[in-house]
Amino acid sequence: MRRTLPGLPLALGTTLSYLGLVVLIPVSTLFVVSSSMTWERFVEVVTSPRTLAAYRLSFSAALLAATINLVFGVLLAWVLERYRFPLRRLVDGIVDLPFALPTAVAGISLASIYAKDGWIGRWLEPLGVQIAFTRAGVVVALVFVGLPFVVRTVQPVLRDLDPEIEEAAATLGASRWSIVARILLPGLAVPALTGFVLALARALGEYGSVIFISGNMPMRSEITPLLIMIQLEQYDYQAATAIALVFLLASFALLLVVNRLTAVYGAPPGVRGV
Amino acid sequence: MTAGGLRPPRGRHVDEPRAVRWILVGIAALFLAAFLVVPLVAVFAQALREGAGVYLAALSEPAARAAVTLTLIVAAIAVPVNVLYGLAAAWAVSKFSFPGRHALMTLIDLPFSVSPVVAGMLFVLLFGARGFFGPYLSEHGIKIIFALPGIVLATIFVTSPIIARELIPLMQSQGSEEEEAALTLGASGWRTFLHVSLPKVRWALLYGTLLCTARAMGEFGAVSVVSGHIRGRTMTLPLHVEVLYNEYRTTAAFAAASVLTLVAVFTLAVPFLVERRSRPLV
Repeated sequence: MRRTLPGLPLALGTTLSYLGLVVLIPVSTLFVVSSSMTWERFVEVVTSPRTLAAYRLSFSAALLAATINLVFGVLLAWVLERYRFPLRRLVDGIVDLPFALPTAVAGISLASIYAKDGWIGRWLEPLGVQIAFTRAGVVVALVFVGLPFVVRTVQPVLRDLDPEIEEAAATLGASRWSIVARILLPGLAVPALTGFVLALARALGEYGSVIFISGNMPMRSEITPLLIMIQLEQYDYQAATAIALVFLLASFALLLVVNRLTAVYGAPPGVRGV
Repeated sequence: MTAGGLRPPRGRHVDEPRAVRWILVGIAALFLAAFLVVPLVAVFAQALREGAGVYLAALSEPAARAAVTLTLIVAAIAVPVNVLYGLAAAWAVSKFSFPGRHALMTLIDLPFSVSPVVAGMLFVLLFGARGFFGPYLSEHGIKIIFALPGIVLATIFVTSPIIARELIPLMQSQGSEEEEAALTLGASGWRTFLHVSLPKVRWALLYGTLLCTARAMGEFGAVSVVSGHIRGRTMTLPLHVEVLYNEYRTTAAFAAASVLTLVAVFTLAVPFLVERRSRPLV
């Protein structure tokens, strides 16, 4: 007979009261405040050209950045797991940097190196490429914050792949390219998509790293969290809440869709979604 | 898992040609350099650009010291609270099955998918001057927004999933056979927890706590909303960095940023040094 461990009431009680106080009550205010607005005002706020421009930029930049992270994340995981090269373990460790580095620090550092006279920006300037203070800067910052996710979801799966499958395919005459394209990459699709969703979720809400590099021009390079911040600074709590509510619901809907797509192929081992 | 240790040696037929391997490593290195290494190096280069004297002066000015003190106070409250919560949440979710367990796990993760700015805003809506409890609080002279309690609350909200997330997968994969053995041998529940369960997850707990500390000290968006940027009073270190940067005091901004960067590098170095194998997904 299995003995049940003690402590469920205490652990569950602590967790639920903590979540209730710190998460649930605050989040529910979003709905309460929005419902105190008239419908006309709500629609007017969330469909104003400035709000729509911010939504468009937030979603397109986050999708682009997460896609870049998907491609390079799989490449990085592959290189780190499959090849031996100098400083490999150090490189492996540094991938986690965006988890630990404050976003404001990342923001000012990226802004300084991608500016016209910055370490990287000065090489791009003659090519006519401007990163800092443009929408490209937003994408650069979002690539930074989302960088570790795909690497860390793909790595363990790649490590546990049975080498015999590859060997069997090679014995049967498959070329290396077709083994990679038809056997290995499909096996990595689910963890890679999971990492993509995590990176996307992070990128959608990101604020600190973006505002220093984006230039923050209304209608052009203003992300949604910044627009919410500006409304709050003007004490327009209702407008801020309306923009935030629609943004939050749209983000959840997008994440649900991507999660559903992932679920079609089955859940990846050992990795949880958003 | 020692990568490659137990794996049978790869023959040439299951590996890419040498040239392809080096090209892939090269592309990966360029990508990491452009997005991680150069920004990391740039923080210190910019901070020390005008010499060690200016660097130290920037760190010892009163506003910087006040910011460091406030940041440490916030972390000293938020981190222990989240350690206790993380342990309780992980224990409940991974050692028991009950109806609503999956919903609870989603709820634990929820703060990760809320923008930090929105997180800060929630507390303004609750406790701000025009918030729900605003009139009550001002009547009783209690200040939450634009004061320490608001900063702590916003930080706790944003960092709450970190430790729980670090512990849950590990506790789940470990099962509870050892705990059951200890209980059968007559150990009390607390004793089992302290002497059996806690040691089993000590590295994950250590790494989660470090990461939570780094994030609590570095939280920017949520704190920015609730702080009010009152110099010397409600400015944490990241806000201090922002204000200096916006005042074009770039070297001083990077000097303050370098302190936070050192905390981040230390956070990453610890698991590297204790040779932790399984990495978290935060």
